Amino acid sequence: MRKADSTQIEVVRAIAAEIAGPAADSVDREGRFPHEAISALKKAHLMSAFAPKSVGGLGCGMVELAGMCEAVAEHCASAAMVFAMHQIQVACIVRHGLSQAFFRSYVAELVERQSVIASVTSEVNVGGEMRTSLCAVETHDDQFALVKDASTISYGEQADDLLVTARRGPEAPNSDQVLVLVRKADYVLEKKGQWDSLGMRGTCSPPFKMTSKGHTDQILSQPFADIASHTMVPFSHILWASCWLGIATAAVTRARAFVRVQARAKPGTTPPTALRLAEVSSTLQSMRTNVDHVAAECEALMASQQGTDALSSIAFALKMNNLKVSSSQLVVQVVQQALLICGILGYKNDSKFSVGRHLRDAHSAALMVGNDRIYATNASMLLVLKDD
Amino acid sequence: MSDEIRTILKEHGRLSADATTLGDDADLYKVGMTSHASVNVMLALEAKFDIEFPDRMLKRSVFETIASIREAVEELTSGR
Repeated sequence: MRKADSTQIEVVRAIAAEIAGPAADSVDREGRFPHEAISALKKAHLMSAFAPKSVGGLGCGMVELAGMCEAVAEHCASAAMVFAMHQIQVACIVRHGLSQAFFRSYVAELVERQSVIASVTSEVNVGGEMRTSLCAVETHDDQFALVKDASTISYGEQADDLLVTARRGPEAPNSDQVLVLVRKADYVLEKKGQWDSLGMRGTCSPPFKMTSKGHTDQILSQPFADIASHTMVPFSHILWASCWLGIATAAVTRARAFVRVQARAKPGTTPPTALRLAEVSSTLQSMRTNVDHVAAECEALMASQQGTDALSSIAFALKMNNLKVSSSQLVVQVVQQALLICGILGYKNDSKFSVGRHLRDAHSAALMVGNDRIYATNASMLLVLKDD
Repeated sequence: MSDEIRTILKEHGRLSADATTLGDDADLYKVGMTSHASVNVMLALEAKFDIEFPDRMLKRSVFETIASIREAVEELTSGR
Protein backbone atom coordinates (compact mmCIF):
# COMPACT_ATOMS: atom_id res chain seq x y z
CA MET A 1 0.00 0.00 0.00
CA ARG A 2 1.22 3.44 -0.91
CA LYS A 3 1.27 6.12 1.68
CA ALA A 4 -0.71 9.19 0.79
CA ASP A 5 2.02 11.63 1.68
CA SER A 6 4.07 11.47 -1.50
CA THR A 7 5.30 14.63 -3.21
CA GLN A 8 2.31 14.54 -5.56
CA ILE A 9 -0.07 15.04 -2.69
CA GLU A 10 2.01 18.01 -1.57
CA VAL A 11 1.55 19.50 -5.04
CA VAL A 12 -2.21 18.94 -4.77
CA ARG A 13 -2.33 20.48 -1.30
CA ALA A 14 -0.57 23.58 -2.61
CA ILE A 15 -2.95 23.89 -5.59
CA ALA A 16 -5.90 23.43 -3.24
CA ALA A 17 -4.79 26.08 -0.76
CA GLU A 18 -3.35 28.65 -3.18
CA ILE A 19 -5.62 28.31 -6.23
CA ALA A 20 -8.82 26.31 -5.54
CA GLY A 21 -9.48 27.90 -2.13
CA PRO A 22 -9.30 31.59 -3.14
CA ALA A 23 -11.70 30.90 -6.07
CA ALA A 24 -14.13 28.73 -4.09
CA ASP A 25 -16.57 31.48 -3.08
CA SER A 26 -16.82 32.84 -6.60
CA VAL A 27 -17.25 29.32 -8.04
CA ASP A 28 -20.07 28.75 -5.55
CA ARG A 29 -21.76 32.13 -5.87
CA GLU A 30 -21.68 32.24 -9.67
CA GLY A 31 -22.24 28.49 -10.12
CA ARG A 32 -19.28 28.43 -12.48
CA PHE A 33 -16.70 25.80 -13.36
CA PRO A 34 -13.59 25.87 -11.11
CA HIS A 35 -11.33 26.42 -14.12
CA GLU A 36 -8.40 27.84 -12.10
CA ALA A 37 -8.11 24.67 -10.01
CA ILE A 38 -8.60 22.27 -12.91
CA SER A 39 -6.04 24.16 -15.06
CA ALA A 40 -3.51 23.95 -12.24
CA LEU A 41 -4.19 20.23 -11.76
CA LYS A 42 -3.70 19.73 -15.51
CA LYS A 43 -0.39 21.61 -15.45
CA ALA A 44 0.81 19.27 -12.70
CA HIS A 45 -0.20 16.28 -14.91
CA LEU A 46 -2.66 15.16 -12.27
CA MET A 47 -5.48 14.39 -14.71
CA SER A 48 -3.51 11.24 -15.59
CA ALA A 49 -2.53 10.53 -11.97
CA PHE A 50 -4.02 7.03 -12.11
CA ALA A 51 -2.45 6.09 -15.47
CA PRO A 52 0.43 3.66 -14.93
CA LYS A 53 3.98 4.98 -15.13
CA SER A 54 4.60 2.63 -18.08
CA VAL A 55 2.31 4.79 -20.23
CA GLY A 56 3.53 8.10 -18.83
CA GLY A 57 1.06 8.55 -15.96
CA LEU A 58 1.91 9.18 -12.31
CA GLY A 59 1.01 5.62 -11.29
CA CYS A 60 -0.99 6.73 -8.26
CA GLY A 61 -3.22 4.24 -6.44
CA MET A 62 -6.59 4.56 -4.76
CA VAL A 63 -5.15 5.77 -1.44
CA GLU A 64 -3.24 8.60 -3.11
CA LEU A 65 -6.22 9.64 -5.24
CA ALA A 66 -8.40 9.65 -2.13
CA GLY A 67 -5.89 11.89 -0.35
CA MET A 68 -5.87 14.26 -3.33
CA CYS A 69 -9.67 14.51 -3.46
CA GLU A 70 -9.80 15.21 0.25
CA ALA A 71 -7.08 17.88 -0.02
CA VAL A 72 -8.90 19.76 -2.80
CA ALA A 73 -12.29 19.40 -1.07
CA GLU A 74 -10.95 21.11 2.04
CA HIS A 75 -10.75 24.25 -0.07
CA CYS A 76 -13.31 23.80 -2.88
CA ALA A 77 -15.69 20.85 -2.89
CA SER A 78 -16.86 21.50 -6.45
CA ALA A 79 -13.31 21.38 -7.82
CA ALA A 80 -12.65 18.23 -5.78
CA MET A 81 -15.80 16.54 -7.09
CA VAL A 82 -14.90 17.39 -10.69
CA PHE A 83 -11.41 15.97 -10.09
CA ALA A 84 -12.87 12.85 -8.43
CA MET A 85 -15.41 12.20 -11.18
CA HIS A 86 -12.72 12.57 -13.84
CA GLN A 87 -10.44 10.11 -12.01
CA ILE A 88 -13.30 7.58 -11.84
CA GLN A 89 -13.56 7.68 -15.66
CA VAL A 90 -9.79 7.36 -16.04
CA ALA A 91 -9.81 4.37 -13.67
CA CYS A 92 -12.48 2.59 -15.76
CA ILE A 93 -10.41 3.08 -18.91
CA VAL A 94 -7.06 2.18 -17.34
CA ARG A 95 -8.35 -0.88 -15.49
CA HIS A 96 -10.56 -2.25 -18.28
CA GLY A 97 -9.30 -0.83 -21.57
CA LEU A 98 -5.55 -1.24 -21.77
CA SER A 99 -5.84 -4.57 -23.62
CA GLN A 100 -7.51 -2.68 -26.49
CA ALA A 101 -5.25 -0.78 -28.92
CA PHE A 102 -7.59 2.22 -29.10
CA PHE A 103 -7.65 2.73 -25.33
CA ARG A 104 -3.88 2.27 -25.02
CA SER A 105 -3.32 5.11 -27.44
CA TYR A 106 -6.13 7.10 -25.83
CA VAL A 107 -4.42 6.89 -22.43
CA ALA A 108 -1.13 8.03 -24.01
CA GLU A 109 -3.02 11.00 -25.45
CA LEU A 110 -4.68 11.68 -22.09
CA VAL A 111 -1.25 11.85 -20.48
CA GLU A 112 -0.10 14.24 -23.19
CA ARG A 113 -3.16 16.50 -23.37
CA GLN A 114 -4.51 16.18 -19.81
CA SER A 115 -8.02 15.85 -21.23
CA VAL A 116 -11.02 16.06 -18.91
CA ILE A 117 -13.49 13.15 -19.13
CA ALA A 118 -17.10 13.50 -17.99
CA SER A 119 -19.45 10.67 -17.10
CA VAL A 120 -22.77 10.14 -18.88
CA THR A 121 -24.45 7.43 -16.83
CA SER A 122 -27.70 9.17 -15.87
CA GLU A 123 -30.66 8.98 -18.23
CA VAL A 124 -34.13 10.49 -18.36
CA ASN A 125 -36.88 7.96 -17.41
CA VAL A 126 -34.45 5.55 -15.77
CA GLY A 127 -34.83 6.97 -12.28
CA GLY A 128 -31.20 7.09 -11.22
CA GLU A 129 -30.44 3.39 -11.67
CA MET A 130 -26.92 3.33 -13.12
CA ARG A 131 -27.20 -0.33 -14.12
CA THR A 132 -30.10 0.33 -16.48
CA SER A 133 -29.97 2.04 -19.87
CA LEU A 134 -32.65 2.87 -22.40
CA CYS A 135 -30.43 4.28 -25.16
CA ALA A 136 -28.59 1.77 -27.34
CA VAL A 137 -25.42 1.71 -29.40
CA GLU A 138 -26.39 1.37 -33.06
CA THR A 139 -23.60 -0.04 -35.18
CA HIS A 140 -23.17 -0.03 -38.94
CA ASP A 141 -20.02 -1.87 -40.00
CA ASP A 142 -17.29 -0.40 -37.79
CA GLN A 143 -19.11 2.84 -36.94
CA PHE A 144 -21.61 3.51 -34.19
CA ALA A 145 -24.23 6.13 -33.44
CA LEU A 146 -25.47 6.85 -29.92
CA VAL A 147 -28.07 9.32 -28.69
CA LYS A 148 -28.69 9.72 -24.97
CA ASP A 149 -31.08 11.90 -22.98
CA ALA A 150 -28.93 12.47 -19.89
CA SER A 151 -30.68 13.83 -16.79
CA THR A 152 -27.36 15.35 -15.69
CA ILE A 153 -23.81 15.57 -17.03
CA SER A 154 -21.40 17.13 -14.56
CA TYR A 155 -19.04 19.58 -16.30
CA GLY A 156 -20.56 18.44 -19.61
CA GLU A 157 -19.82 21.77 -21.27
CA GLN A 158 -16.24 21.89 -19.95
CA ALA A 159 -15.25 18.28 -20.63
CA ASP A 160 -13.19 17.10 -23.56
CA ASP A 161 -14.41 13.53 -23.88
CA LEU A 162 -17.37 11.59 -22.47
CA LEU A 163 -17.68 8.07 -21.09
CA VAL A 164 -21.25 6.92 -21.75
CA THR A 165 -23.32 3.91 -20.68
CA ALA A 166 -25.75 2.42 -23.19
CA ARG A 167 -27.39 -0.85 -24.08
CA ARG A 168 -25.08 -3.09 -26.10
CA GLY A 169 -27.43 -2.93 -29.10
CA PRO A 170 -31.04 -2.14 -30.05
CA GLU A 171 -32.15 -5.69 -29.12
CA ALA A 172 -30.26 -5.88 -25.79
CA PRO A 173 -32.16 -5.81 -22.46
CA ASN A 174 -31.86 -2.69 -20.28
CA SER A 175 -29.30 -4.30 -18.01
CA ASP A 176 -26.91 -5.48 -20.78
CA GLN A 177 -24.79 -2.33 -20.97
CA VAL A 178 -21.49 -1.25 -22.47
CA LEU A 179 -19.28 1.76 -21.76
CA VAL A 180 -18.40 3.94 -24.75
CA LEU A 181 -15.80 6.68 -25.01
CA VAL A 182 -17.06 9.55 -27.15
CA ARG A 183 -14.57 12.11 -28.49
CA LYS A 184 -15.04 15.86 -28.38
CA ALA A 185 -15.21 16.20 -32.19
CA ASP A 186 -17.84 13.46 -32.45
CA TYR A 187 -20.58 14.62 -30.11
CA VAL A 188 -23.04 17.47 -29.74
CA LEU A 189 -24.63 18.39 -26.42
CA GLU A 190 -27.98 20.12 -26.41
CA LYS A 191 -28.55 21.72 -23.02
CA LYS A 192 -32.01 20.84 -21.71
CA GLY A 193 -32.06 22.81 -18.46
CA GLN A 194 -30.00 24.70 -15.89
CA TRP A 195 -27.81 23.81 -12.93
CA ASP A 196 -28.91 26.23 -10.25
CA SER A 197 -28.45 24.01 -7.22
CA LEU A 198 -28.26 24.25 -3.44
CA GLY A 199 -24.61 23.20 -3.38
CA MET A 200 -21.85 21.68 -5.49
CA ARG A 201 -22.66 24.56 -7.79
CA GLY A 202 -19.30 24.53 -9.58
CA THR A 203 -19.77 20.98 -10.89
CA CYS A 204 -22.05 22.54 -13.56
CA SER A 205 -24.33 19.52 -13.98
CA PRO A 206 -27.37 20.39 -16.13
CA PRO A 207 -29.35 17.90 -18.24
CA PHE A 208 -28.23 17.43 -21.86
CA LYS A 209 -29.29 15.53 -24.92
CA MET A 210 -26.14 13.94 -26.32
CA THR A 211 -25.85 12.95 -29.98
CA SER A 212 -22.66 11.13 -30.88
CA LYS A 213 -20.89 8.86 -33.31
CA GLY A 214 -17.59 7.05 -33.48
CA HIS A 215 -15.66 3.91 -34.26
CA THR A 216 -16.65 0.63 -32.58
CA ASP A 217 -13.08 0.44 -31.18
CA GLN A 218 -14.23 3.11 -28.73
CA ILE A 219 -16.51 0.63 -26.96
CA LEU A 220 -14.90 -1.05 -23.97
CA SER A 221 -15.12 -4.78 -24.65
CA GLN A 222 -15.74 -5.81 -21.04
CA PRO A 223 -19.41 -5.72 -19.97
CA PHE A 224 -20.31 -2.57 -18.02
CA ALA A 225 -21.63 -4.83 -15.24
CA ASP A 226 -18.05 -5.90 -14.47
CA ILE A 227 -16.57 -2.43 -14.98
CA ALA A 228 -19.18 -1.04 -12.60
CA SER A 229 -18.64 -3.53 -9.78
CA HIS A 230 -14.85 -3.81 -10.12
CA THR A 231 -14.05 -0.15 -10.69
CA MET A 232 -16.73 2.47 -11.17
CA VAL A 233 -18.63 1.80 -7.94
CA PRO A 234 -15.59 1.37 -5.65
CA PHE A 235 -13.80 4.40 -7.12
CA SER A 236 -16.98 6.49 -6.94
CA HIS A 237 -17.81 5.66 -3.38
CA ILE A 238 -14.27 6.00 -2.08
CA LEU A 239 -13.39 9.19 -3.97
CA TRP A 240 -16.75 10.80 -3.24
CA ALA A 241 -16.40 9.89 0.43
CA SER A 242 -12.93 11.47 0.35
CA CYS A 243 -14.43 14.69 -1.01
CA TRP A 244 -17.01 14.66 1.79
CA LEU A 245 -14.24 14.00 4.30
CA GLY A 246 -12.49 17.12 2.98
CA ILE A 247 -15.66 19.19 3.43
CA ALA A 248 -16.12 17.87 6.98
CA THR A 249 -12.46 18.52 7.83
CA ALA A 250 -12.68 22.09 6.53
CA ALA A 251 -15.78 22.82 8.62
CA VAL A 252 -14.14 21.41 11.75
CA THR A 253 -11.00 23.45 11.03
CA ARG A 254 -13.15 26.60 11.09
CA ALA A 255 -14.89 25.49 14.27
CA ARG A 256 -11.53 24.84 15.93
CA ALA A 257 -10.30 28.29 14.96
CA PHE A 258 -13.48 29.78 16.41
CA VAL A 259 -13.10 27.92 19.72
CA ARG A 260 -9.46 29.02 19.97
CA VAL A 261 -10.51 32.65 19.60
CA GLN A 262 -13.04 32.16 22.41
CA ALA A 263 -10.45 30.45 24.60
CA ARG A 264 -7.96 33.26 24.10
CA ALA A 265 -10.53 35.83 25.15
CA LYS A 266 -10.78 34.23 28.61
CA PRO A 267 -7.62 32.31 29.47
CA GLY A 268 -8.14 29.80 32.26
CA THR A 269 -11.72 28.87 31.38
CA THR A 270 -12.61 26.29 28.76
CA PRO A 271 -15.31 27.77 26.51
CA PRO A 272 -18.58 25.77 26.39
CA THR A 273 -18.13 25.34 22.63
CA ALA A 274 -14.97 23.30 23.30
CA LEU A 275 -17.17 20.43 24.47
CA ARG A 276 -19.03 20.44 21.17
CA LEU A 277 -15.66 20.57 19.43
CA ALA A 278 -14.50 17.48 21.31
CA GLU A 279 -17.71 15.75 20.22
CA VAL A 280 -17.40 16.65 16.53
CA SER A 281 -13.73 15.73 16.51
CA SER A 282 -14.68 12.19 17.47
CA THR A 283 -17.32 11.95 14.71
CA LEU A 284 -14.80 13.25 12.18
CA GLN A 285 -12.29 10.64 13.29
CA SER A 286 -14.83 7.81 12.74
CA MET A 287 -15.52 9.13 9.28
CA ARG A 288 -11.82 9.37 8.45
CA THR A 289 -11.06 5.89 9.77
CA ASN A 290 -13.81 4.40 7.61
CA VAL A 291 -12.67 6.17 4.42
CA ASP A 292 -8.98 5.36 4.99
CA HIS A 293 -9.67 1.74 5.83
CA VAL A 294 -11.90 1.04 2.84
CA ALA A 295 -9.55 2.90 0.45
CA ALA A 296 -6.55 0.89 1.66
CA GLU A 297 -8.45 -2.39 1.53
CA CYS A 298 -9.70 -1.66 -1.96
CA GLU A 299 -6.23 -0.76 -3.20
CA ALA A 300 -4.82 -3.98 -1.75
CA LEU A 301 -7.60 -6.07 -3.34
CA MET A 302 -7.07 -4.47 -6.73
CA ALA A 303 -3.38 -5.36 -6.57
CA SER A 304 -3.88 -8.93 -5.30
CA GLN A 305 -4.16 -12.18 -7.26
CA GLN A 306 -7.65 -12.97 -6.02
CA GLY A 307 -8.62 -9.31 -6.30
CA THR A 308 -11.16 -9.62 -9.08
CA ASP A 309 -13.10 -12.34 -7.27
CA ALA A 310 -13.13 -10.32 -4.08
CA LEU A 311 -14.22 -7.16 -5.92
CA SER A 312 -17.14 -9.13 -7.39
CA SER A 313 -18.32 -10.40 -4.03
CA ILE A 314 -21.47 -9.30 -2.29
CA ALA A 315 -19.52 -8.68 0.91
CA PHE A 316 -17.33 -6.11 -0.89
CA ALA A 317 -20.27 -4.41 -2.61
CA LEU A 318 -21.97 -4.14 0.77
CA LYS A 319 -18.89 -2.58 2.31
CA MET A 320 -18.60 0.01 -0.49
CA ASN A 321 -22.28 0.89 -0.15
CA ASN A 322 -21.96 1.16 3.62
CA LEU A 323 -19.06 3.58 3.21
CA LYS A 324 -21.19 5.72 0.91
CA VAL A 325 -24.31 5.91 3.09
CA SER A 326 -22.35 6.35 6.28
CA SER A 327 -19.97 9.08 5.12
CA SER A 328 -22.71 10.93 3.23
CA GLN A 329 -24.69 11.18 6.47
CA LEU A 330 -21.72 11.94 8.70
CA VAL A 331 -20.56 14.85 6.53
CA VAL A 332 -23.85 16.67 7.10
CA GLN A 333 -23.76 15.87 10.80
CA VAL A 334 -20.18 17.12 11.19
CA VAL A 335 -20.77 20.37 9.29
CA GLN A 336 -23.94 20.99 11.26
CA GLN A 337 -22.05 20.50 14.54
CA ALA A 338 -19.41 22.94 13.27
CA LEU A 339 -22.19 25.43 12.54
CA LEU A 340 -23.51 25.12 16.10
CA ILE A 341 -20.01 25.81 17.40
CA CYS A 342 -19.41 28.87 15.21
CA GLY A 343 -22.93 30.15 15.80
CA ILE A 344 -23.98 33.26 13.95
CA LEU A 345 -20.46 33.73 12.56
CA GLY A 346 -20.74 30.29 10.99
CA TYR A 347 -24.16 31.16 9.59
CA LYS A 348 -23.03 34.40 7.95
CA ASN A 349 -21.57 34.05 4.47
CA ASP A 350 -19.05 36.86 4.85
CA SER A 351 -17.26 35.63 7.96
CA LYS A 352 -14.06 33.63 8.09
CA PHE A 353 -15.90 31.08 10.23
CA SER A 354 -18.69 30.64 7.66
CA VAL A 355 -19.71 27.03 7.00
CA GLY A 356 -22.74 27.77 4.82
CA ARG A 357 -21.11 26.59 1.60
CA HIS A 358 -19.85 23.47 3.36
CA LEU A 359 -23.33 22.65 4.61
CA ARG A 360 -24.92 23.18 1.20
CA ASP A 361 -22.21 21.11 -0.52
CA ALA A 362 -22.54 18.38 2.12
CA HIS A 363 -26.24 17.93 1.43
CA SER A 364 -25.46 16.66 -2.09
CA ALA A 365 -23.81 13.56 -0.61
CA ALA A 366 -26.97 11.67 0.28
CA LEU A 367 -28.41 12.36 -3.19
CA MET A 368 -25.53 11.30 -5.44
CA VAL A 369 -26.99 7.83 -5.96
CA GLY A 370 -29.79 8.22 -3.42
CA ASN A 371 -29.10 6.61 -0.06
CA ASP A 372 -32.52 4.94 -0.07
CA ARG A 373 -31.67 3.22 -3.34
CA ILE A 374 -28.42 1.99 -1.80
CA TYR A 375 -30.19 0.79 1.35
CA ALA A 376 -32.66 -1.12 -0.85
CA THR A 377 -29.77 -2.80 -2.70
CA ASN A 378 -28.06 -3.65 0.58
CA ALA A 379 -31.30 -5.01 2.01
CA SER A 380 -31.57 -7.39 -0.91
CA MET A 381 -27.90 -8.43 -0.68
CA LEU A 382 -28.21 -9.09 3.04
CA LEU A 383 -30.91 -11.68 2.29
CA VAL A 384 -28.30 -13.97 0.78
CA LEU A 385 -25.06 -12.96 2.53
CA LYS A 386 -23.86 -15.58 5.02
CA ASP A 387 -21.61 -14.89 7.97
CA ASP A 388 -18.65 -17.05 7.11
CA MET B 1 -32.14 -30.47 -12.27
CA SER B 2 -31.74 -28.12 -15.25
CA ASP B 3 -35.52 -28.13 -15.69
CA GLU B 4 -36.05 -27.13 -12.06
CA ILE B 5 -33.52 -24.35 -12.50
CA ARG B 6 -35.34 -23.24 -15.65
CA THR B 7 -38.64 -23.13 -13.78
CA ILE B 8 -37.08 -20.96 -11.06
CA LEU B 9 -35.50 -18.68 -13.67
CA LYS B 10 -38.85 -18.34 -15.41
CA GLU B 11 -40.52 -17.37 -12.17
CA HIS B 12 -37.84 -15.13 -10.62
CA GLY B 13 -35.27 -14.24 -13.31
CA ARG B 14 -37.40 -11.58 -15.03
CA LEU B 15 -35.70 -12.49 -18.30
CA SER B 16 -36.67 -11.18 -21.70
CA ALA B 17 -36.45 -14.73 -23.12
CA ASP B 18 -38.42 -17.85 -22.13
CA ALA B 19 -36.21 -19.65 -19.60
CA THR B 20 -37.78 -23.03 -20.41
CA THR B 21 -36.33 -22.94 -23.92
CA LEU B 22 -32.97 -21.29 -23.13
CA GLY B 23 -29.83 -23.33 -23.84
CA ASP B 24 -27.65 -24.46 -20.94
CA ASP B 25 -24.87 -22.09 -22.02
CA ALA B 26 -26.98 -19.06 -22.98
CA ASP B 27 -25.70 -15.89 -21.30
CA LEU B 28 -28.43 -14.97 -18.81
CA TYR B 29 -27.12 -11.41 -18.47
CA LYS B 30 -27.70 -10.90 -22.19
CA VAL B 31 -31.37 -11.74 -21.73
CA GLY B 32 -31.83 -9.28 -18.90
CA MET B 33 -30.71 -10.95 -15.66
CA THR B 34 -30.02 -8.22 -13.10
CA SER B 35 -28.23 -8.48 -9.77
CA HIS B 36 -31.56 -7.93 -8.01
CA ALA B 37 -33.17 -10.79 -9.97
CA SER B 38 -30.19 -13.04 -9.25
CA VAL B 39 -30.75 -12.56 -5.53
CA ASN B 40 -34.34 -13.77 -5.92
CA VAL B 41 -33.21 -16.70 -8.08
CA MET B 42 -30.68 -17.59 -5.40
CA LEU B 43 -33.29 -17.46 -2.63
CA ALA B 44 -35.63 -19.69 -4.67
CA LEU B 45 -32.81 -22.17 -5.37
CA GLU B 46 -31.89 -22.26 -1.69
CA ALA B 47 -35.50 -23.07 -0.78
CA LYS B 48 -36.03 -25.60 -3.58
CA PHE B 49 -32.84 -27.60 -3.01
CA ASP B 50 -32.51 -26.93 0.72
CA ILE B 51 -29.03 -25.47 0.31
CA GLU B 52 -27.19 -22.31 1.27
CA PHE B 53 -24.99 -20.52 -1.24
CA PRO B 54 -21.76 -19.71 0.60
CA ASP B 55 -20.34 -16.18 0.16
CA ARG B 56 -17.70 -17.41 -2.31
CA MET B 57 -20.52 -18.37 -4.70
CA LEU B 58 -22.34 -15.06 -4.42
CA LYS B 59 -20.90 -13.64 -7.59
CA ARG B 60 -21.91 -12.77 -11.06
CA SER B 61 -20.19 -15.67 -12.85
CA VAL B 62 -22.21 -18.28 -10.90
CA PHE B 63 -25.45 -16.87 -12.31
CA GLU B 64 -24.20 -16.39 -15.85
CA THR B 65 -25.69 -19.55 -17.40
CA ILE B 66 -28.01 -22.41 -16.51
CA ALA B 67 -24.94 -24.67 -16.66
CA SER B 68 -23.01 -22.56 -14.14
CA ILE B 69 -26.00 -22.48 -11.78
CA ARG B 70 -26.38 -26.25 -12.08
CA GLU B 71 -22.68 -26.73 -11.36
CA ALA B 72 -23.01 -24.67 -8.19
CA VAL B 73 -26.16 -26.47 -7.03
CA GLU B 74 -24.55 -29.85 -7.73
CA GLU B 75 -21.52 -28.91 -5.69
CA LEU B 76 -23.75 -27.87 -2.78
CA THR B 77 -25.96 -30.98 -2.92
CA SER B 78 -23.18 -33.52 -3.53
CA GLY B 79 -22.42 -36.04 -0.77
CA ARG B 80 -25.95 -36.08 0.61
